[in-house]
Amino acid sequence: MAEHVAHVERKRVYVTIWIVLLCFTALTTGVAYIDLGSNWNTVVALAIAVCKASLVVLFFMHVRNVSERMVRVVIVTAIFTLTVLIVISFSDFATRKLIPPPPGLRQASHIVVHHLGEEQ
Amino acid sequence: MGTASAATLPGSGEEFHLHYLNVKHGLKAWLLTTDHKRIAWLYFFTTTFFFIVGGLAATFMRLNLISPQGALVEPETYNKLFTIHGTIMIFFFLAPAVPTVLGNFLIPMMVGARDVAFPKLNLLSWYIFITAGAIFLYSVISGGVDTGWTFYTPLSTMYLNTHVLSAAMAVFISGFSSILTGMNFIVTIHKMRAPGLTWFRLPLFIWSMYAASLIFVLAMPVIAITMALVMIERIFHVGIFDPALGGDPVLFQHLFWFFGHPEVYILILPSMGVISELMAAFSRRRVFGYGFVAFSSFAIGLISFIVWGHHMFVSSESAYAGIFFSAMSMAVAIPSAVKVFNWIATMYKGSVSFEAPMLFALGFIGLFTIGGLTGVFLASMGLDIFLHDTYFVVAHFHYIMVGGAIMGYLGGLHYWWPKMTGKMYPDYWARISALIIFVGFNLTFGPQFLLGVLGEPRRYATYPPNFQFLNIMSSAGASILAVGYLLPFIYFIWSAKYGAPAGPNPWGARGLEWETASPPPVHNFDVTPVVTHEAYDYEAVSETVAVS
Repeated sequence: MAEHVAHVERKRVYVTIWIVLLCFTALTTGVAYIDLGSNWNTVVALAIAVCKASLVVLFFMHVRNVSERMVRVVIVTAIFTLTVLIVISFSDFATRKLIPPPPGLRQASHIVVHHLGEEQ
Repeated sequence: MGTASAATLPGSGEEFHLHYLNVKHGLKAWLLTTDHKRIAWLYFFTTTFFFIVGGLAATFMRLNLISPQGALVEPETYNKLFTIHGTIMIFFFLAPAVPTVLGNFLIPMMVGARDVAFPKLNLLSWYIFITAGAIFLYSVISGGVDTGWTFYTPLSTMYLNTHVLSAAMAVFISGFSSILTGMNFIVTIHKMRAPGLTWFRLPLFIWSMYAASLIFVLAMPVIAITMALVMIERIFHVGIFDPALGGDPVLFQHLFWFFGHPEVYILILPSMGVISELMAAFSRRRVFGYGFVAFSSFAIGLISFIVWGHHMFVSSESAYAGIFFSAMSMAVAIPSAVKVFNWIATMYKGSVSFEAPMLFALGFIGLFTIGGLTGVFLASMGLDIFLHDTYFVVAHFHYIMVGGAIMGYLGGLHYWWPKMTGKMYPDYWARISALIIFVGFNLTFGPQFLLGVLGEPRRYATYPPNFQFLNIMSSAGASILAVGYLLPFIYFIWSAKYGAPAGPNPWGARGLEWETASPPPVHNFDVTPVVTHEAYDYEAVSETVAVS
């Protein structure tokens, strides 16, 4: 009997989380139509995505209330790897303009851009 | 210690051994097996098939490069040939070969277990693998794909009309097979070790496989997602990598090489584990600096995730990011060198013998060292601008992948073949094969270093006539290499029928896999072993005891 109650309870949680995820998806789509200016759309969309991912990990992947150390190690490792990917990749994009390209290269790239523009 | 279940054949009085090969017969018994040893054989046959296909593509490429104008095929076909060669060799031979054949067969036996942690998942991995392989073969047969194994955008998403989608789908699917195999190994090593088998008593092959499995689990999802993004951009024109749609092609390179460089270590780490086993067994000594060798695998695995930008020094990457990636790439030489020095130190004052597996291991050390050191050249930003996308790079990574990974795989196959089949192969011919491969390999790829320095770019079907001599040398070397690879096919098949019985431990080696019969019984050990010493206890008498 207790098992049955727990089963029904779990099912309710899953359905609730699923509805919340759908709401977040609708929110992401809605926000995309509003111009928040200077990259804020991306920030908001990513923030919503992080919330959704957290819900999936905590509830659908049963990480909430898990006490086993190994599961925590796996989660921390995954987040750490993702952080490495994002931080180091974006440090490339963020630091490209710190050293301007040599004048010759700049001129060459202008010619290429101009030429491409003409082609299109 | 446990031996194979022996019984008397009814009516004949003859004794026979029941083992994993003769316990059940028929195609169904093989295709639905959950025995890790049989699954290892399934992988052996499929990866060997892919090795032949990838090797044939390489053969046509080398034949074409005999003449500066291209002796055999049109440039478009040449592009397809190097794509087939690269994709098949990386995703369908090198990455799975050692882990799924030797790893599958040996990990449970080395840890004293009856099977891997998830036997059904193990079989599922193989089915996913052959599904991916079949899809890739479909893309080859239906017209081919010419992106190169790297699928660089926007070439792959916007400009090519070849079968990019099915090829990308194949790579996407094959990633899941690797993830499942990696997870299976990690759990097996954590949870299924025999009583008394502590981490520091484990064979170093297990440490290497553990590090490689971690990379499998962490890196493979990235390539799967990246391939999915390529497919989404190609089908739905969503701007991810194409600048015309608002995407960034360099983002693809970041994502691809975030997977791609750890992938290189997926290929080499398992072979490094094999070499540790061979060095100990044929030097009759404990591996020098066990702890350092074990942790160097993890150091390689860890650093492998922060070196990817060295593939992008000339792809508009920021100079600051380049400095970081350059330094990290050079740092990976340290744990690699720890291994090489420790293997050599293992031989010092050892009772070294030169059976075929040891010759492959020595070949590995020589070729891997050259491959590793030329990698340090390429990690240097200034020099890389000159050498990038030349034959120098081709030679460098073939020294790692063929000279390193395949030499290790062949060494391991020769070492454990008697365990897998219960039969010995002719050692004389195996030694000849090792020597031919070593000579053929150097003749194939040595000249390519020179071609690279002279400026011949890779992935071109034609070249200036002054490069012809070195190209002919390289093609001639490839034909010698092919003979070296053909020999094991012949004597391995011969040995399965005519080879002398191997006995449980033909090399007099330590390690749990040698304490059971050859071929092993279905559940590996008749009784669970209790381990009281480390895997390389050559100095002491084995004290393994058995309890039921």
